[in-house]
Amino acid sequence: MLRLSRGARLALMAIVGLILLFMYVPLFVLILNSFNESQISGWPIKNFSTKWWAFARNYQPIRDALLNSVLVATGAMIFASILGTLVAFAMKGFNFFGRGTVNILVVLPIALPGVVTGVAFSNTYSNFLTPAGFNIGYFGMIVAHATFCIVMVFNNVFARLRRMNPNLQEASADLGAGLWQTFRLVTFPQFRTSFAAGALLAFALSFDEVVVTIFTAPPGIDTLPLWILKEVGRPNQASVVNVVATVVILLSLIPVYISQRLTRAQEHER
Amino acid sequence: MALVELRGICKSFGTVTAADNVTLDIESGEFITLLGPSGSGKTTVLRIIAGFEEPDAGTVTLNGVDITHLPPFDRDVNTVFQDYALFPHMSVQDNVEYGLRTRKVPKAQRAQQAREAIAAVKLEHAIDRLPHQLSGGQRQRIALARAMVLRPKVLLLDEPLGALDRQLREEMQVELKTVQREAGITFIFVTHDQEEAMRMSDRIVIFNEGRVEQVGTPEEVYERPATRFVAGFLGASNIVTGELARKIFGRTATVSIRPERLRLQPVAYSAATGEIAVAATVKEAAFVGANTLYIVDTEDGVRLSISSTNTQSPGHDNRFAPGDRVLAVWHDRHIAEIPAERRHTSARGKYE
Repeated sequence: MLRLSRGARLALMAIVGLILLFMYVPLFVLILNSFNESQISGWPIKNFSTKWWAFARNYQPIRDALLNSVLVATGAMIFASILGTLVAFAMKGFNFFGRGTVNILVVLPIALPGVVTGVAFSNTYSNFLTPAGFNIGYFGMIVAHATFCIVMVFNNVFARLRRMNPNLQEASADLGAGLWQTFRLVTFPQFRTSFAAGALLAFALSFDEVVVTIFTAPPGIDTLPLWILKEVGRPNQASVVNVVATVVILLSLIPVYISQRLTRAQEHER
Repeated sequence: MALVELRGICKSFGTVTAADNVTLDIESGEFITLLGPSGSGKTTVLRIIAGFEEPDAGTVTLNGVDITHLPPFDRDVNTVFQDYALFPHMSVQDNVEYGLRTRKVPKAQRAQQAREAIAAVKLEHAIDRLPHQLSGGQRQRIALARAMVLRPKVLLLDEPLGALDRQLREEMQVELKTVQREAGITFIFVTHDQEEAMRMSDRIVIFNEGRVEQVGTPEEVYERPATRFVAGFLGASNIVTGELARKIFGRTATVSIRPERLRLQPVAYSAATGEIAVAATVKEAAFVGANTLYIVDTEDGVRLSISSTNTQSPGHDNRFAPGDRVLAVWHDRHIAEIPAERRHTSARGKYE
């Protein structure tokens, strides 16, 4: 164990405290402002009220945007889960030509600037697919999201598979299980927690995505982050935005919490 | 017809030859051990019988049926793995039931059979535990129960005792042997531990560099080693070749004599009929409790190891110190002649 002097410990604590303060004070202000009676965010808050919460609950554009976000994130998560798992199995089980390249190609989309991804997809859709008579529309947005979500599932599942005892699959076959039975009864239970953690992260990543969404959302369709971005430009709606943002903060805690729990459960299993 | 017949099995991994024309018959109900140093091909042969590897050439038959290209799940053989390979997310009961489940045995019946198998290895109290809550010896027993519950024709054991400490290992050796004898199942056991092999096996197959060096009962392979490798690998041996063999042992072949068959006597000793005595000088003497180990040099410059049992209390034995002039004495019948190395004479079908 590293031992620090009293002074150093205090200094470190102060630095950590400051960083946490900078990270979370803005969120805290935002949450408080969602209870601000005034139409414009401000500090100090003069009158508290739940008026904007009631307004937001029945405001159709918000409901539509939320539904879109959930649909897109769910779709992207499903694609990413299937493809990410398949890639992980290919990388784990086979040593094929171009293996390293495939690895980079899978990880690259998360590192690419969203603007680049967005422009690329937008161009492909409007300049190639639409002229070819194939209007990809809403589905295109899901596909675009899936590209950078795959890596979440891939990384989690691949790391788990690499630590898995290869004898387990042989033991299963030895005891009479066919390939599908072995996958269902032995292999999948071995990586299901990583799989779920990866899928949740993929969902969260897609849910709050803005840049790629701007380029790929069909006209007139807003996801929640997109709607917020538009409304922030109109100062008279600021408080409604705060309400929505607060909801998003609370919602995004759920997948983070669950995925951490899963990761921990998995460590105990081993 | 033997229960398992291997015919001309060859298997390479890249440039490494793991099995080189292995031909072997395994009889029903026998405890046969594949013994050899690591990398000698014994595990590869076991994996080929299990179906985890396909041989490059040759055939495997079980009960007269060619199973060379059958997948593991279609073979009536089961394996106990070196690391046990228990399913970590399943209880002991579910682990043992697994093979019955894949065979679609009704639920009540398989639960009953699994309980019996677990009881047979004396682990009823641990039936609901997960593998990581068991000790090494307990895991070993469950792995055995999981395989035995299926009543396979052949049980393959890949160094199953390798991870256990010495005392537990010896207990398990006795237990395995008892289980095998009572169930009458053929055991094919892989180990690199020659003592373990001799203690447990009906027959031993000695592997070296992918080839079968010799097959025989523990006594046969120990007393009449077929190759120089076998003589050196199983126990200690004095191996003498060529001109020196002729001079000292009066043989033209390569000869091997075990250290415990040699005795040391004072120079005044007169040899009995059939005995041969050669003058030598003690180089080293090491007292190791039950025995004293000597290294002596004969006048012809042959170095011999001698293990002398300390049957008498101190002062009553013939004990010697380095520098002593002695006679190394043996009986002619204790000399084992090693046939000329066979591998250089013919390439194929040599062990049939």
